Amino acid sequence: MKRYSAFAIAREALRGHTGWDRAWGSPQPKDRYDVVIIGAGGHGLATAYYLGKNHGVKNVAILEKGWLGGGNTGRNTTIIRSNYLQDASAAIYEKSRSLYETLSQDLNYNVMFSPRGVMMLAQTQHEIRGYRRTAHANALQGVATEFIGPQRVKELCPIINIDGPRYPVLGALWQPRGGTARHDAVAWGYARACSAMGMHVIQKCEVTGVKTEGGKVTGVATTRGDIACGKLGIVVAGHSGVVAEMAGFRLPVESVALQALVSEPIKPCMDVVVMANTVHGYMSQSDKGEMVIGGGADGYNNYTQRGSFHHIEETVRALVETFPMISRLKMLRQWGGIVDMTGDRSPILSKTPVEGVFINCGWGTGGFKAIPGSGWGFAELMAKGASPLTAEFGLERFREGRFIDESVAAGVAH
Amino acid sequence: MLILHCPYCGVDADETELSPGGEAHLKRAGPGTPDDAFERYLFHRENPKGVHFERWRHASGCGKWFHAARCTVTMEVFGTYPAQVTEPPQEICDRITGKRPGWSWGAFS
Repeated sequence: MKRYSAFAIAREALRGHTGWDRAWGSPQPKDRYDVVIIGAGGHGLATAYYLGKNHGVKNVAILEKGWLGGGNTGRNTTIIRSNYLQDASAAIYEKSRSLYETLSQDLNYNVMFSPRGVMMLAQTQHEIRGYRRTAHANALQGVATEFIGPQRVKELCPIINIDGPRYPVLGALWQPRGGTARHDAVAWGYARACSAMGMHVIQKCEVTGVKTEGGKVTGVATTRGDIACGKLGIVVAGHSGVVAEMAGFRLPVESVALQALVSEPIKPCMDVVVMANTVHGYMSQSDKGEMVIGGGADGYNNYTQRGSFHHIEETVRALVETFPMISRLKMLRQWGGIVDMTGDRSPILSKTPVEGVFINCGWGTGGFKAIPGSGWGFAELMAKGASPLTAEFGLERFREGRFIDESVAAGVAH
Repeated sequence: MLILHCPYCGVDADETELSPGGEAHLKRAGPGTPDDAFERYLFHRENPKGVHFERWRHASGCGKWFHAARCTVTMEVFGTYPAQVTEPPQEICDRITGKRPGWSWGAFS
């Protein structure tokens, strides 16, 4: 792999850009790999990357039904934050956020991480108490957040109407080192780095069955033939239940559609991310100038990757009150992704009843921010059988009643 | 938009009039249930890609609970039926078989 650098750009400019390599290969699947990861989204690719980088496991294939990062990795609103309440969550999300800070240098691929600050508005007395509590918890966890008053909110984001008639802004939980990143670049950067280590990123290869022998995994059946493996990682978000069923176990997840939309591009008008959980909406401005808007998930199971129209109406209605200046913006695109929700709104990174099969799922509505940390912890779990980052996120926590309850932090916007 | 026929008041109700109530025909677990079964009852919901049975409430209409059979991929509705049953009516199952031969859901097929 040729490194990307300012020098490389200058060199290629002089020779008509004929010397760039393909960023990643399109290999034919081999008969056997030490590790097979199902799902070449952010989490799957990050897992493979840290398996190679941290644990020296490089005989790895990442199988993808569609195209690289074409699922939720390319469908989220790119928000990165770690202001969670519970210690286990704060640890993995803060690890993730800190890895994002140097991810571009680490991968030699510009993921456009922009620590522009994330603000979660408090619009009821209940939210003020809740976010103050989170700010105190974060102080103990070593996560830099603070509770700020409405005047500071207005200074940081002048386009907010803090005197809204229904839901005035009473304050906010402010995480200055949160922000956004280019989501496609995260998938592409990891894929390029995995490919450079000799791993196989195999697209358009759908897993149709999981093969086991005596309670132990031996391989997978795919649309491109059978592939044997020593260990199997299932990292498929909304379709986790479907793949787990192939392996013969059930997961405590339900799949629903979550939507996002973007407006036409406009001049720069806000340089922070604003989340308003009471009114079910969150917004930031992309580098292209589009206002990126996310909202509520459907209340019933579905796999449509489309979502209900009335959720868009609800989201936009709420945001227009908070940001009156967007009332005449045209919306350009809307899309949906299938998210896998757990009962406590925390992820599952775990061994499974089938030996050699590991599952990374349940990130629900907020997986993008967790990609590097999730990959880091899940790779350690797969390589060594345990990881301090993932210890509390096991499947057994549901049976044992040890929930990591983040439904307050993550009920809607995530 | 999802439109479901309320079997009580006879209205074809928009999704905005309804509130979803999760998996249908749950068998409740009582005292003395082994941990495995209790875990299944509490957390292991049916999450099929295809035929699904669920509970809905006509919240902004007659207020009554009812059941619906729906495809989670195409959003096709196979039918709705009253809440006072412990399994889907044969007529609904036959209709699904006509459209999705070989379907199964939980203990039903």
